[in-house]
Amino acid sequence: MTIDKIFNSCDEAVADIFDGATVMVGGFGSYGGLPINLIVALSRQGAKDLTIIANMGGVGYELSHRIKPGGYQDSGILFENGQVRKFIGSVPALGGMPPTSPLERLFNEGKVEIEMVPQGTLAERLRCGAGGLGGFYTPVGVGTTVEAGKEKKVIDGREYILELPLTADFALIKAHQADTPGNLVYRQTARCFNPVMAMAAGVTIAEVDELVPTGQLDPEVIVTPHIYVNRIVEVPA
Amino acid sequence: MKERLNEQTIALRAAREFTDGSVVNLGYGMPGLCANLITGDRAVFFQSENGMLGYGSLATDEEKDYELINASDQPVTPLPGMCFFDSAAAFDMIRGGHIDIVVLGAYQVSERGDLANWGRPGRPATGMGGGMDLAVGAKKIIVTMLHTTKDGGPRIVRDCTYPLTARQCVSLIITDLAVMAVTEDGLLLKEIAPGWTVPEVQALTEAKLTPAADLKEIEL
Repeated sequence: MTIDKIFNSCDEAVADIFDGATVMVGGFGSYGGLPINLIVALSRQGAKDLTIIANMGGVGYELSHRIKPGGYQDSGILFENGQVRKFIGSVPALGGMPPTSPLERLFNEGKVEIEMVPQGTLAERLRCGAGGLGGFYTPVGVGTTVEAGKEKKVIDGREYILELPLTADFALIKAHQADTPGNLVYRQTARCFNPVMAMAAGVTIAEVDELVPTGQLDPEVIVTPHIYVNRIVEVPA
Repeated sequence: MKERLNEQTIALRAAREFTDGSVVNLGYGMPGLCANLITGDRAVFFQSENGMLGYGSLATDEEKDYELINASDQPVTPLPGMCFFDSAAAFDMIRGGHIDIVVLGAYQVSERGDLANWGRPGRPATGMGGGMDLAVGAKKIIVTMLHTTKDGGPRIVRDCTYPLTARQCVSLIITDLAVMAVTEDGLLLKEIAPGWTVPEVQALTEAKLTPAADLKEIEL
């Protein structure tokens, strides 16, 4: 028996994301691996009080005009749209002229909570969530604001802090190709956070440039095995 | 005549620290310029925390591919032998001591090599990105920065007042005025910009500078 994972549209694929859900959003920054069509669908769908786990908070449509004439969309539109209660990630805002993201504005107004996580710690917390581990000790953040409230341990004379796993109800990810069972391959730096998020969420929804029949992907080069992928939408690049 | 190095020449001075065969990660902003300053006969492998090893120079407008970007969201060019991996693997390389040199920007560096490069007073939502991981994990941290603030205040200080990235991690500081090594005895002033004297540079530096026995003008 095959399970049909193919959805005809991003709107259908995100339809059951509920108010209060925790949603991982793949990619890195404003480009390169961002599942932008799923993000736009989620903004249309309108689910509220979301917890977003992502590397960056995004620039949003309004502020993007500062960077590119005509503007562009990224994960910032979910914040502009008032759909987010909490952000967990490494770059809520950039260092330029404030505010540099809708998230920064909302945070300063007390409307969104931020959990600031060093980028490598974010990746490893996702891997722990994916792999059934209870956490890990890292030297990253020792002696900084990041260590506040965390268990400390000295191992072989070096200080470490305990970081805990991250999981989510949904992950929105971007891949280059999927086959019908849902094996994924990525393109260049568009891989980034997508594979670990695919593995760490309950329901993983993948937006792909191209859907190919079973057997068309070389098993030696598959990055994300199909068991981590629940829904696939083909959005030709 | 007094001269200050510009961003390009600061980056060029930093790139001179890259030995053949070294694995180098370039931080946000000025450090990224170093990717354009490696000539063809040198073997330096640039690593990027979004999952890439062995990329080339920054891309021109015609070359831009937004699925081939560095960690500053800038498109770069491919090189033969490059490889891609996910974020978790990228930070295994970084934390695990597999990166030889990291070049980072900074708001402040202390005389002990403490680094503050991600947060400023009044901006609680700016993030550290991969900066903390890089500062903790790399074998050698080079900071490229302007020597003073816009108002002329010191940025090379006794104690950082901005949020820390990591303690005692910086090895070498390259500014528009000087090259300084962090040693157990404090900051060793190794090179100085053309036309500047030691007292003039010291006056713009809160931390105490010890001139090296072989102190020289910055060569580019």
